[in-house]
Amino acid sequence: MQYSFILNGKSVQITAEDDANLLWTLRERLKLTGTKFGCGVSLCGSCTVHLDGKSIKSCITALSQVEGKKVTTIEGLSEDRSHPLQVAWIEEQVPQCGYCQSGQIMQAAVLLAENANPNREEIIKHMNGVLCRCGTYLRILKAIEKTTQKA
Amino acid sequence: MEAQIESQGLSRRKFLKLGGGITFLVTAVGLPALVFKKGEMAETKQISAWVHLSEDGTVTIYNPASEMGQGTMTALAAIFAEEMDADWSKVIIENAPVEPEIYGIGWGGERGGSMLTVGSRSVSGHYNNLRQSGAQARYVLLTAVAEKWGVDRKELKTESGMVFHPQSNKKISYGEIVGFVKIPEPVPEIPDSDLKNPKDFKLIGKDYQRYDVPFKVDGSAIYSGDVHVPEMVYAAIARAPVNGTQPELQNEAAIRKIKGVLDLVSLKHGIGVIASSMETALNAKAKMEITWKGEPKAKSHNSQDAYIEYEELSKSSQIGSIVAQAGDLNRELPKSQKVIRADYKNDYVYHAQMEPLNAVAHVTADSAEVWVGTQAADGTRNDVANHLGIDFKAVNLHTCYLGGGFGRRSMTDFVIEAVDISKAVHRPVKLQWTREDDLQYGAFRPISLQKLEAGIDQNGNINSWKHVVIGTGGGLLGSGADIPFYDIPNKLIEVRNIDHGVRTKHWRAVGHGPNKFAIETFIDEIALDLKKDPYQLRRELMKDHPRELAVLDKVAEMANWGSTVPDGRARGIAFAERSGSLAAGVCEISLNKSTGKIKVHKIWGALDGGVVVHPENAKYQMEGSLVMGLSSVLFESITFKDGKVEQSNFYDYPILRMEDAPEEIILEIIPSTEKPTGIGEAGLPFMGAIISNAFASLTGKRLRHMPFTPEKVLAII
Repeated sequence: MQYSFILNGKSVQITAEDDANLLWTLRERLKLTGTKFGCGVSLCGSCTVHLDGKSIKSCITALSQVEGKKVTTIEGLSEDRSHPLQVAWIEEQVPQCGYCQSGQIMQAAVLLAENANPNREEIIKHMNGVLCRCGTYLRILKAIEKTTQKA
Repeated sequence: MEAQIESQGLSRRKFLKLGGGITFLVTAVGLPALVFKKGEMAETKQISAWVHLSEDGTVTIYNPASEMGQGTMTALAAIFAEEMDADWSKVIIENAPVEPEIYGIGWGGERGGSMLTVGSRSVSGHYNNLRQSGAQARYVLLTAVAEKWGVDRKELKTESGMVFHPQSNKKISYGEIVGFVKIPEPVPEIPDSDLKNPKDFKLIGKDYQRYDVPFKVDGSAIYSGDVHVPEMVYAAIARAPVNGTQPELQNEAAIRKIKGVLDLVSLKHGIGVIASSMETALNAKAKMEITWKGEPKAKSHNSQDAYIEYEELSKSSQIGSIVAQAGDLNRELPKSQKVIRADYKNDYVYHAQMEPLNAVAHVTADSAEVWVGTQAADGTRNDVANHLGIDFKAVNLHTCYLGGGFGRRSMTDFVIEAVDISKAVHRPVKLQWTREDDLQYGAFRPISLQKLEAGIDQNGNINSWKHVVIGTGGGLLGSGADIPFYDIPNKLIEVRNIDHGVRTKHWRAVGHGPNKFAIETFIDEIALDLKKDPYQLRRELMKDHPRELAVLDKVAEMANWGSTVPDGRARGIAFAERSGSLAAGVCEISLNKSTGKIKVHKIWGALDGGVVVHPENAKYQMEGSLVMGLSSVLFESITFKDGKVEQSNFYDYPILRMEDAPEEIILEIIPSTEKPTGIGEAGLPFMGAIISNAFASLTGKRLRHMPFTPEKVLAII
């Protein structure tokens, strides 16, 4: 099957099987491996990307569902780690193993786009779906709060 | 170019032999190509096995340990850079080649052991060697400059990548030395007196950023699942639901007919499907109909019934393996004025590292190339070589970042699977475990029952202590069961094991999690019984152990232990050691009595880890380990029914989410000049006890079985 969509601002056309899924297409067909596989059933958020500006779990998204739409991955969030969240993530030294952090940042980016000044409760509610095993939650919170305070 | 590499290699080998304390035979194996980048020969020099210096001043330091989130790739390089006096802003860190004779450490920190990254031993094990090696690299540079300038080496000073000769006002950068440096023979061991005075440290004990962080905020850090190799195909495996059963595929023809399925490979414990895409491999795996044959021991295992078996075994007069013994417990315990007893339990827990296991392998007739995030770098290289019957040198292992390890990635089972499949299909293969695979074919922290007895004498002191750990997991059960810092004259601590035939493994802090939960909760129960403050009782027991006492006192001071706590909240305190580090914690909790949910508001923690190389990161490791510990204490339980794991993904094996993270974590590190100890697990062991102790203080009821799920809480309040 032929698929076409906008990926990180560029138009993409690819041929793939009928069962092609967004996560594995990003990772294996397009070699954008910043988006991670964690659970496969939308429970952990490691695979979070943006579809037309909303956060979605790419692991349960069929490639056909993004036809003609805009997909943004961690690689497209900024070209040089300059997105305010990436800056804050470095300042706060958030990642440990790092595996969930693309998903964390992509999820947080949607919140900030919708609500420039979320309170702690709103941040937690928004971020609760993205799991971290290393225990970086408090620094994630701090980094998000720092970003909104700066804005 | 080849000749140049060869001649360069010779002097390096001699240096390694003399400076690295290793044999010529071993170093003659040579270092892989990454050490000498083609086309860079004129401008760069290999100063030692640990460092590569470029004319532009770039200093590449080799990281001998796996980076799984604990941050040691940065700390280890900082130790080396400190003594080399390198310009930290010009340091690049690369994973060391998998050459254990050069980059390994023994359990006593001696050179040339294994590259196994476990037990929080990376900084503590490498500390002296890396200081020595960094000082040797500096010596090499100074010797070259001294000869060039015709001055005494001892007149030269260094600072941040520059050499100075104060008498003549001359200076030169490290990068400029590359053009004329020779590797002197021999390079002597630098005496301790010539190492930096700790008061002059610019990195060790200071604040600096982790090297890996920028690559982990833009998706560019490479984990093994991110690797692509030309002609690569995809594999998934349906594995035995009961450990030890063997597969019989019932619908082979139907699976082979699925478009994109390339082959099937029978393994002893499962069936692999190889496909042209990841989706097809995973979908085909899900469609396999397999009958599992055999009656292995695991088949009769029901984990909730196991506690009954443990109780039975505890009654046996046959003593198990003794962890520690003092005085004469059997004589003294019966003489006690009073005997206090309590039992504690903990279910199996699963590693749940966020990156499910995976590996890329390409096996050819007489060699193998493997990409993997592993805690066992040389162990993997060795296991692959032995499995294929080829030489260690014929295995080219590329180590990647680990999306969490926690002990699971010290096993090599998943790598051997990838190797077997690649060998069978003669193609490079990316093997991906699903979350369900990772959980159900996990290797768990052991289940155990812990029976504790304390004898109290007429003065109200604990004079006897008996602790029997009964579970499955053999040697994993005993870690942390001893209490060398509590002076109790008569003690007997032992482990009794029943092999259920299921897979168990080291899990962050190993037996310390369950054992410190039991010990430190029991201390609290004794204190309550004796109407003593639990903090004061611990102080009495460790009065002759000043380092331990200082840690306990520190956390009590931080939390203002004994002060008024807000209504509806209560606190618990506990102490634990792990990997030589000493840690104490206090938490403040509340309880939702209608849902049974425990909320942890604050945790205070104090840590003595000896010299701390990277304090900010050390604190963050403690924070991470106590959050992971909290997750295991509140939520995590693996159960077996007829040998099958009953859970399968995060919906029935929940791990802690942001909403359940403590609102605040306050940590302090106690300044020390003692040798560094392991920090990566030290925050975890006391977590079970501080929660149980706070809960008892809040409700008067005792939680003695981890995890403390809402159902268990509601059942006792």
